[in-house]
Amino acid sequence: MRKVFVTGIGATSIGEHWDKSLRDLMIEAASRAIEDAGIQKNMIEAVFIGNMSSSILQGQEHLGSLFTTWFGIPGCAAFRSEAACASGGVAFHSAYLAVASGLYDCVIALGVEKMSDVTSRDLSSALIMADDQEYTAFVGATFVGLNALVYRTYMNKFNVKQEDIAFFSVHDHYYAINNPISQFKFEVSLEQVLTSPLIADPIRLLECAPTGDGAAALVLCSERKLKSIERREGIVEVLASSVATDILSLQDRDDITTLNATKVSMKSALRQAKIERKDIDVIELHDAFTILGVIHLEDMGFAKKGMGWRLVKEGEIALGGNIPTNLMGGLKAQGHPVGATGIYQIYDVILQLRNEAGRNQVDNAEIGLSQNVGGVGGTVTINIFKGVR
Amino acid sequence: MARGDHKVGIIGYGAYIPRYRIRGEEIAKAWGQEHRKLPIKEKSVPNIDEDSLTIAVEASCYAIKMANIDSSEIGAVYVGSESPPYAVKPSATVLAEALGITPELIAIDMEFACRAGTTALQSVAALVASGYIRYGLAVGTDTAQGRPSDELEYTAASGAAAFVLSEKSEETVAYIEDSYSYVTDTPDFWRRDTKRYPMHAFRFTGKPAYFKHIYNAVKGLLNKTGLTIDDFNYVVFHQPNEKFPIRMAKMLGVSYDKLKTGLLSPYIGNTYAAASLIGLCAVLDKAKPGERILVASFGSGAGSDALSIITQDSLVEKRNRRPDIYTFINRKTYIDYSTYLRYTRSITMR
Amino acid sequence: MWEGVFTTSVSRVWRERIKKYRLIGGYCVKCGKRFYPVRSFCPKCGSNKIKEIILPRKGRVISYTIIRTPPAEFKMYAPYIVAIVELEDGTRILAQLTDIPINEVKIGMQVEAVFRRYREQGEEGIIEYGIKFRPVL
Repeated sequence: MRKVFVTGIGATSIGEHWDKSLRDLMIEAASRAIEDAGIQKNMIEAVFIGNMSSSILQGQEHLGSLFTTWFGIPGCAAFRSEAACASGGVAFHSAYLAVASGLYDCVIALGVEKMSDVTSRDLSSALIMADDQEYTAFVGATFVGLNALVYRTYMNKFNVKQEDIAFFSVHDHYYAINNPISQFKFEVSLEQVLTSPLIADPIRLLECAPTGDGAAALVLCSERKLKSIERREGIVEVLASSVATDILSLQDRDDITTLNATKVSMKSALRQAKIERKDIDVIELHDAFTILGVIHLEDMGFAKKGMGWRLVKEGEIALGGNIPTNLMGGLKAQGHPVGATGIYQIYDVILQLRNEAGRNQVDNAEIGLSQNVGGVGGTVTINIFKGVR
Repeated sequence: MARGDHKVGIIGYGAYIPRYRIRGEEIAKAWGQEHRKLPIKEKSVPNIDEDSLTIAVEASCYAIKMANIDSSEIGAVYVGSESPPYAVKPSATVLAEALGITPELIAIDMEFACRAGTTALQSVAALVASGYIRYGLAVGTDTAQGRPSDELEYTAASGAAAFVLSEKSEETVAYIEDSYSYVTDTPDFWRRDTKRYPMHAFRFTGKPAYFKHIYNAVKGLLNKTGLTIDDFNYVVFHQPNEKFPIRMAKMLGVSYDKLKTGLLSPYIGNTYAAASLIGLCAVLDKAKPGERILVASFGSGAGSDALSIITQDSLVEKRNRRPDIYTFINRKTYIDYSTYLRYTRSITMR
Repeated sequence: MWEGVFTTSVSRVWRERIKKYRLIGGYCVKCGKRFYPVRSFCPKCGSNKIKEIILPRKGRVISYTIIRTPPAEFKMYAPYIVAIVELEDGTRILAQLTDIPINEVKIGMQVEAVFRRYREQGEEGIIEYGIKFRPVL
């Protein structure tokens, strides 16, 4: 396998973009990414698009051809990858494999989602498709509801208070203030979080990632392509890219409080990258709900099962802590346009590795990790990056 | 039917009443009818996820449990109801599928207002008696809806009763001694196609309807069998309210003592096609072996089935195989009028 | 309201009905895993040595949540309880709890299976029935 480098990044801000269609978002992100890389459009050989629900939300399939048409690169290889909310992450994996295999030298990984076109009720119906339609959606479970089942089991099993988990939201909002593309740029207090309306007990509104629109894109190049691009600094090498699945539905798993796919994916990623956990300087994890933030830290091995909340409480995930996590606002405050999130997370990691994270910058960030989850852990993808000096 | 030596027995029975109750006063308050004399104290209300089919499934489960047979051995499922969830598509098929009775069976839904349950019972008994089937399931079930502010709103309730029939044997808990039916074209209560609520002819539903038909059915049964009214230990009449069955008992010269065990409408309302059958279940839950029970249903339109049922020894042990009728009567949560409208789907979100 | 396409598919409902009406689960003879519904391969070890089981009707609540913002076809039922119930033989099933006020649900409570309506395919479409759980009588 050849080395793969991320040479360009671009993204739209995340929010309710009433005036931008799905194709508008894709084109904006891709345009920024190629400009950032300093390449010409005609150098792109393939486009890997991550998107979860365009069929239901926009009535649109065939995003590959739609994109190459509207971006003006007809003939270019392009297709969509889907793994629910991990669609961005798996699209990246496809892009990585494309270049690592030697078949392509310059490709784009793009994630896009537009959630604001439909009512929240219909959106709920779309999101539950991340789980089993016949046996989970059938009983009226919502996606928040499934995570609530995990939350309640976790609190009960490990005797943890909700406030110690809910703090993850406060953390995210704090860092989002300094992130120009964040959907939300205001702080929230723990009290606000704990008194916000219940969505599916015990999960409260301010513990859930918002719905929004956005697209993010990355340019991936082979080593020999680097001499053809304008960008000279801030190139990032992909050290690892792994994908794992788990049993789709919670009730079929042995342990409801563990996302096994994270463990499998993490093990594979660390092995590929030939690094240890302690070598990781900055993390972007998939905290669609506060409880997931805590559980991912545990499943990635940074804390024992049932103790992840301590890392949050004791400031270990804050700037200056041992495991800086979600320092650009995470899913809760930066936003979570589901199929695009996986690419946004990598975008955030790369800003850190380029030393361009502004007030959220981790000192000497050299190695970064992104973790993107589909469904309630049905798919997890972990990617590890290294800044090239 | 039931002539000669081949008697038909009840090998299992069960009933189900939904949990929720609304008091008569609560309905009166909603309509400013507090001056009204309440026909019953309170009535049962189905949960929003229940209908006449789901409650029939539950009652049938209990009957099959008591019978202790493999449900696939049941050869017929007859469901009597006037409130099926579909106007076209029988409840009997879903019920049979849910209980593992499919695919080899005769299945049909029947309608004859509040008499449909007993008519289903007679029909299944005939299939058993003629040797057509070995076991049969007869169900009376309704989630009756009363027109808001109408008299019948106070009494239209929900309940189901199910009976598994077989040839009389030592396994059966009771058997049908004989029966007699009296039917005429009498329009006391009806519902036209596509209309949601039924119409009734007020006082006409009394003498020319309820009383005439039950009286004649019972008299017919007595003539046919040579029995007298005093030969019965218990009497169960169709119970649209509390007054009618009490007056019927007087007319026939039956003491209130013999009536009261099977008179449940004051507590659960009129469960329509299940009413007299639920009354029968209540009696079977109390009776001793070797006692004789008179059941006379009444269905508007109109007709009455009168049956004479005799209890057997195995009743005493077998009736404990499932929760008794009072488990359901006493399991109750009161709701207010607006919740009642929601649960009965009288108001809904669009 | 969103109607049409797969939400009004009759054959879909028909195909799954027996597993849903009768609670038919699976037991992996090789690794002992129990699951609902029955399927050809064990989700844990992949073995095809699967025994079909008519599941027990009683169990206890492992975890639950209260759905307050339901999808379209469930909106008339909200708020309602979705729970993971562990049946007497260890099989876990996701289902609604019914006949209980939302503030009375507790982890560990004993429940039993009942046949209820889950949803309808619009006003004119078919009714989808299934198993819910209620407190044991």
